[in-house]
Amino acid sequence: MNELLELKGITAGYEQTVVLRDVNLTIREHDFIGIIGPNGGGKTTLLKVILGLLKPFSGEIVYHVTKQSLFGYLPQNSRFDSKFPISVKEVVLSGLMSEKGIFKGYTKADRERVDELLKTYGMEGFGDRPIGELSGGQMQRVFLCRAIISSPKILILDEPSTYVDANFENEFYAVLGELNKTMSIVMVSHDLGTICSYVKTIACVNGGLHYHESNLITPEQLKLYNCPIELISHGTVPHRVLLKHDGTIEN
Amino acid sequence: MIELLEYTFFQNALLCTILIGVSCGLIGTYIVAKRMVFISGGITHASFGGLGLAYFLGLSPLFGAAVFALAAAFCILYLSDNKRFKEDSLIGIFWSAGMAIGVLFIYLTPGYAPNLLSYLFGNILTVTGEQVILSFLLCLVIVVFFAKFYRPLFYIAFDKEYSRTHFVALNGLEIGVTALIALCIVLCMKLAGIILVISYLTMPQAIAGMFHKNFTKQLVWATIISCVGSIIGLFASAALKLPSGATIVLCFLLIFIVCYLWKRKK
Repeated sequence: MNELLELKGITAGYEQTVVLRDVNLTIREHDFIGIIGPNGGGKTTLLKVILGLLKPFSGEIVYHVTKQSLFGYLPQNSRFDSKFPISVKEVVLSGLMSEKGIFKGYTKADRERVDELLKTYGMEGFGDRPIGELSGGQMQRVFLCRAIISSPKILILDEPSTYVDANFENEFYAVLGELNKTMSIVMVSHDLGTICSYVKTIACVNGGLHYHESNLITPEQLKLYNCPIELISHGTVPHRVLLKHDGTIEN
Repeated sequence: MIELLEYTFFQNALLCTILIGVSCGLIGTYIVAKRMVFISGGITHASFGGLGLAYFLGLSPLFGAAVFALAAAFCILYLSDNKRFKEDSLIGIFWSAGMAIGVLFIYLTPGYAPNLLSYLFGNILTVTGEQVILSFLLCLVIVVFFAKFYRPLFYIAFDKEYSRTHFVALNGLEIGVTALIALCIVLCMKLAGIILVISYLTMPQAIAGMFHKNFTKQLVWATIISCVGSIIGLFASAALKLPSGATIVLCFLLIFIVCYLWKRKK
């Protein structure tokens, strides 16, 4: 599959603290990479480096495709001002910024794309509401619309399960499966259950990055990289298969 | 009152009021949306330092004020972006240091500085033809800038981190709008004075914000309210022989109260 983006020997962090050391990762077309790891292990830092929000101390990011409409980004908790005077429609429209730059205008066709998306995600009739008046779950649907309106090559999701409301959760993951047909997805999650049922490959991040060409999480993997042990100690993570120590498969 | 329009000084004042009304309506909507009111206060007061220094050196006070306003605007934004200093502390420093420099240089300037009070409280009736032209040019730049860039401008203000993932040229846009804010404040000083400038940048926007929660409509309505309010204020001040700046501010306040009560009754 075609490579979209490559991280080569990335070391990154904040001020004097190194959070990620010598990370290599390639994102290809149709990838669905689940990123797991303990809190403070550098998951969000990794996303920031991929997105170009954080300049790494060393290493390089190689783009194999143009940067236009490269990323669709759904942040973990959008820390925006809830009183900001912006309507739902405008928020979704802002997802076209990469395509439009600062000079191109927004057309009627663009606004129709917005209406269509809002309808698809059950937000019809909310277009003119101020974004701050929506519930958390509704907001997240709007931000998902913003992330995908430009048909990005890579969709990046930071802990989507923390804010998606219960009604929308199953639907949300089904949507991701559908979107994955046309775009690569990189998803950070501490929710092991969701990671395993949808993702194709797993990257475990804890200071460094360990890439696994399958979506099976093995107990060894968790122990080796100091991922939170309680994730497997309950034993009943839904919808997935766990490999035993000796390699046999158990439901 | 109509005969006032025959006087050149009043024509200048009226033209300038409208031009500044439009400029402040647009710039103020951005300032209020982005919660930069306090920053704007800092820039305004810092510019007094430039004003004093210009007096001392025998230069144009407006020029001195503009240089200081631009410097303060970029310093506050750059230094607080770096997170080395807290933004509100920085504003406090620029606010008071600017005033201190201004007072000191005006004290050191031999003779009496007659127009000083007009810079503190504004006097639109003393506006010159040259200042009308300056206001026109700035107003033109602001209108064109907002007409062309208002969407990316507000999108970036709403969610800067998200905008950066789209690789848009947001630095250029932010530098542009910061410069326009500083220059708009300096020109507005002639009308409202250092102490009252903030009202121009916040009150029409607060009134528009009561009725519209989307930036596109706020831009339009804040501009209309800003113009109408200041024209009414200007005529009222001339008719009642009151200081123009203060009358305009109180005119905005009156509109605000009426709108608030009307909105509550509904």
